[in-house]
Amino acid sequence: MSLAASSLSSLRRQLTAGEISARDIVEDVIVQVSARDGNIGAFLSHDPEAALAAADQADLSLPLGGLPIGIKDNINVLGQPCTCASKFLKDAFTSPYDATAISKLKAAGAIPFGRTNLDEFAMGYSTENSGLQTTQNPAAPGHIPGGSSGGSAAAVAANLIPATLGSDTGGSIRQPASHCGVVGLKPSYGRISRYGLVAFGSSLDQIGPLTQTVEDSALLLNALAGLDPRDSTSLNDPVPDYTEGLDQGVAGMKLGLPKEYFTDGICPKVRERVESVAKKLESQGAEIVEISLPHTEYAVATYYIIAPAEASSNLSRFDGVRYGNRTENPEDMLALYKDSREAGFGPEVKRRIILGTYVLSSGYYDAYYLRAQKVRTLIRRDFEEAFQKVDAILTPVAPETAPKMGTASEDPLKHYLADIFTISANLAGNCGISVPLEPIDGLPVGLQILGPHLGEQTILRCASAVEKS
Amino acid sequence: MADPHIDVRYVANLARINLSDEEVTLYSTQLEDVMGYIEKLSEVDVEGIEPTAHAYELTNRVRRDIPVPGIPAEGFLQNTPDQANNQLRVPKVVDA
Repeated sequence: MSLAASSLSSLRRQLTAGEISARDIVEDVIVQVSARDGNIGAFLSHDPEAALAAADQADLSLPLGGLPIGIKDNINVLGQPCTCASKFLKDAFTSPYDATAISKLKAAGAIPFGRTNLDEFAMGYSTENSGLQTTQNPAAPGHIPGGSSGGSAAAVAANLIPATLGSDTGGSIRQPASHCGVVGLKPSYGRISRYGLVAFGSSLDQIGPLTQTVEDSALLLNALAGLDPRDSTSLNDPVPDYTEGLDQGVAGMKLGLPKEYFTDGICPKVRERVESVAKKLESQGAEIVEISLPHTEYAVATYYIIAPAEASSNLSRFDGVRYGNRTENPEDMLALYKDSREAGFGPEVKRRIILGTYVLSSGYYDAYYLRAQKVRTLIRRDFEEAFQKVDAILTPVAPETAPKMGTASEDPLKHYLADIFTISANLAGNCGISVPLEPIDGLPVGLQILGPHLGEQTILRCASAVEKS
Repeated sequence: MADPHIDVRYVANLARINLSDEEVTLYSTQLEDVMGYIEKLSEVDVEGIEPTAHAYELTNRVRRDIPVPGIPAEGFLQNTPDQANNQLRVPKVVDA
């Protein structure tokens, strides 16, 4: 097995035993990417010399010493491009600073490697909205890798690199992880600093890892979690060792199956996989409980008011003045803004900015945005009540396995509805993880395990039991 | 709730984006579909419910007002489309 195909924990053992060097790992990642990524398209760019130089400096005594981690191209890494897969920033932006997640990775000895593809500004579920390139699903060529962290999921699934970072605003880590057959963790809101993550929906966004194993997710969360003075929404709660207790199993755990998630809209085989893993966990001593999340049917409508509203405000910074591509010879400031934004943004980004601007505009704010925020309260309460009864919740990640590329319909509403199982966790701020199950007709499928606020240890332990069964 | 008709050209102006006629037509139809779906929220009884702006209760976190190292100006200016004298340059905004 190539080093790029190994888990972080196994590389760590080999490094500390002196069997391999950090340079060996990074060299193999470079070889794998140059040999095979042409057919996959997971990476938008990478800088082999910088990565090799970092490998030669690596401090192997640190928890992630010498381990290369792929970075979604909406997280700033000092001296590297940050395009958000948008023409607006292509060849026009070099990060002048490290995101806190990146400085924490570096402080733990890891080596940020390359920039992975995404739906433009993380808006999409297929990575087909990338303004720069398409990404194939390595497990099922011709199918979408999911999105928006499609490049991050594909890079790990194709064994190009052991692990990556993604971001999740409505499922953008968990859903591509499910479609590509890797582990994807969305931590609780505030667990990881968002400083240096290009903002999409500020009350929803979280950075998280995509890995081959649950243990690797825990290893990365150890390094990434914690308070950051630069992100006032980051949490000051203690950071436990998330790798501890992973093997304790699910005996005595109460796991909920929300009845609203198992409706006619879900592919029968996906449903069967989730129900059968629930039975397995029951046989290992978990108690399976039917629960209700009564406002589930309003989650998509709520999300598609709040997320575009926040996006329309956040993306106003892309005005052609301070950074990014500016239109040639604008006649005045207004033309500079309007022409630069017209040329720089792709269709889905424009659609969401207009939707968000509309719901925030005078006369509509109370009817849409304020009402959505109130329904968000009800959705959050549903989870608070559910987590009084259960330790974690088991659901599908997506209603079906990865669709074929190009079959995504022209109907954006249909895309939005596919987010149904993942977006509630962002609205409520809960943590969630996608862990691979047995594929369906050769296509990967994941189980979503949702936990309460700061319930990462519980869902990691449950995911570890699923991984081993 | 409000009428889901969206005047896309008006909203695009608020958002400072130019759109072609084709885009206006396409987005009008698509966004009216989305807004039609969003009308579902009018079914929910939200009487007396507090809005959620963030998932958790957040309180302002203040720090002592002491200088900390920031990003140097040249770090930002390296990405600027047009600059002069260590400042951003844009078309004239106010007539003399």
